[in-house]
Amino acid sequence: MELAQNWTRKHLIGLEELSREEIEIIIDTARSFKSTFEREQKKVPALKGKTVAQLFLEPSTRTRIAFEVAAKRLSADVVTLLGSTSSQKKGETLKDTALNIQSLSADMIIMRHSAAGAPLYLSQYVDIPIINAGDGAHEHPTQGLLDAYTLLDCFGSLDGKRITILGDILFSRVARSNIWGLQKLGASVCLAGPSTLVPESFRELGVDVCYDLKEALVDSDAVMLLRIQHERQTSTHFPSLSEYTRLYGLNKQRSSWLKKDAIIMHPGPINRGVEIDSDIADAPNSVILNQVTNGIAVRMAVMYLCMNRNSRVQAELPR
Amino acid sequence: MNPSDQSIYWIKGGRVIDPYQDIDEQRDVFIEGSRLINNPDESFLRESTQVNVQGAVVSPGLTELQAHLREPGETHKETIASGTRAAARGGFTRLVCMPNTRPPCDNPGNLRLIHDAIERGACIDVFSTGCMTIGAQGEQLAPIGSLKNAGAVALSEGGKCIQNNEIMRRVLEYAKMMDLVILDHCQDYSMTADSVMNESIVSLKLGLRGWPNEAEDLMVARDVILCEKTQAKVHLQNLSSGISVDIIERAKNRNIPITAEVTPHHLCLTDESVQGYDTRYKMNPPLRTEEDRQRLIEGLKNGLIDCIACDHAPHSEDDKDMEFSYAPFGIIGLETSLAVTLTELYHKQGFSLLQILKWMASVPDSILGFEPKAIKAGNYADLMIFEPDTTWVPEKDGFLSMSSNSPWIGKELKGKVKQTFYRGKVVYE
Repeated sequence: MELAQNWTRKHLIGLEELSREEIEIIIDTARSFKSTFEREQKKVPALKGKTVAQLFLEPSTRTRIAFEVAAKRLSADVVTLLGSTSSQKKGETLKDTALNIQSLSADMIIMRHSAAGAPLYLSQYVDIPIINAGDGAHEHPTQGLLDAYTLLDCFGSLDGKRITILGDILFSRVARSNIWGLQKLGASVCLAGPSTLVPESFRELGVDVCYDLKEALVDSDAVMLLRIQHERQTSTHFPSLSEYTRLYGLNKQRSSWLKKDAIIMHPGPINRGVEIDSDIADAPNSVILNQVTNGIAVRMAVMYLCMNRNSRVQAELPR
Repeated sequence: MNPSDQSIYWIKGGRVIDPYQDIDEQRDVFIEGSRLINNPDESFLRESTQVNVQGAVVSPGLTELQAHLREPGETHKETIASGTRAAARGGFTRLVCMPNTRPPCDNPGNLRLIHDAIERGACIDVFSTGCMTIGAQGEQLAPIGSLKNAGAVALSEGGKCIQNNEIMRRVLEYAKMMDLVILDHCQDYSMTADSVMNESIVSLKLGLRGWPNEAEDLMVARDVILCEKTQAKVHLQNLSSGISVDIIERAKNRNIPITAEVTPHHLCLTDESVQGYDTRYKMNPPLRTEEDRQRLIEGLKNGLIDCIACDHAPHSEDDKDMEFSYAPFGIIGLETSLAVTLTELYHKQGFSLLQILKWMASVPDSILGFEPKAIKAGNYADLMIFEPDTTWVPEKDGFLSMSSNSPWIGKELKGKVKQTFYRGKVVYE
């Protein structure tokens, strides 16, 4: 399998530093893994005997479960340390926690942390691969990859496609990973939402910034909705959820502004009736649940590649 | 040997640059005991220790207006003894220490603790400051008059900023009455909640909470307005924003008694340095953009910014070695301040050594009304000798400070202090 041979990275911290080729290697690898999903026996032995440690210092359910399912399908053993139960509560530093995990002979750390840069910081201290499962508002690379995968499944290629990301961009690591990933794959990206959550300066990353929803949606091949993280910034960044819904919530009429074959995406969890109406979330062109499935394949690919970088061995990839 | 056990030095062949007297000339300097003398007699020359400093500059010791010496309370980070030795290595013979100790220096009793530590451990001049408000909480005036009587030379909140404008106004009025200078750090807290770096495209990319220039600009404007009203002497610490410089320009045009300082790191570094989430680039105020950096340099050049201070802020490795968002703000600076300034302003920007020494010695002294350290007979021999063209690379284990939270580790700097004299004694070589 030449894919792992061309993969040189130990850690996956973000999509900013990846090349288009590297993203394509991950997605091609994910395709191979996804082909096993319909089988009776879903497990492949790719990481048999390896221990994957999940270090989740910020609450997360779906990403953690997705990584766990992915690791188990690769036949790895999985241990999970949650922020609420870990020694961090007792005053242990992140560095010490990670070194302890490494000393338990873990082979890889999947890490979620509320502080941006925490996975990069740890990668300087541990010898085993670190996969970023979301760091503050910085990046959520596997989400960006599964979004790219889902879009490629729908469109074949992203060259010349226009993808609109709508919602709380400022505090979103998902938006950042998608800004990097989608542009590298040839798409143009439009950021939309209230000005307080979508600063103009994002333009410097090569994207469009648009406050008029119609303008943002017309000509878009896909719209990616982000949950409003009202637990973070309710009072200072926008008036109320209901005003948000009135201005930017995606409903039937507004989704008709999209291109004919456009798809609707959401990283979840969705807030029905806030950023998206139920009938749109459940519409045939909604790929929200495909994203979840693709997330398993992409995470399998990332774990497999980072564990087998530069590998010339014909790995046990499914054919 | 000198029988009287007094230091007698003949500093030979140096280029004397004295910013107090606008002197830049080749000449020898003579130290007898703690003071400088002219026209030494033959026995002096015979008995003196000769220090050959050809190719080096002999100048008055530098003055630092913002040193956080951490004693009492955080002596695992720095002490007055270690901080003054670090300062001597950097060419300083005079420091003003900030009152954000533990306990904070908001009453004469706590000031006494600091003065005791100075008497015990300082190897150069250390002047103390008192808090403007109780506990530097910004709510109730500290006993400013008692602090002055107990020896505080100025008032400061030690890296904090009074948010309540009414309190600030009264502090200024009171300080004016007591003839004390206010050293103010300008930061609007409502705009910097959870902020850890400059608000810019870099913070957007890194996903770190941005700290806008306006958080400084607004408080600079506030201080200017209250300064004009009260006519108290206000000195603005560690400016980082280009717009602040514009506000000061208007103030100076109106003869408002306001002065300002900038740090060597804000003159040399930008927020691009934060890219790797390295906490040695986390400071308050944060590193800004290249445009801000240029405007700060321009501000110095035009006299809108009066002087340079390094905001020496030691933190232990355990404190700094963590997630960027959680690490404390601040870097050490005393040992690199002159070298960094020379590297940027002398070698790259072409400012004269005389001008740089004004920014680092004579102007800070005049802002707080300290005795000039002019190189002339009768004055204390507070001197330093440096080689402006010598390069060196700061090393993590090479600091005299107890902390090593410096962004300059591993970077080549041009300009090195060789020797520092305080009252005729060698305090660094």
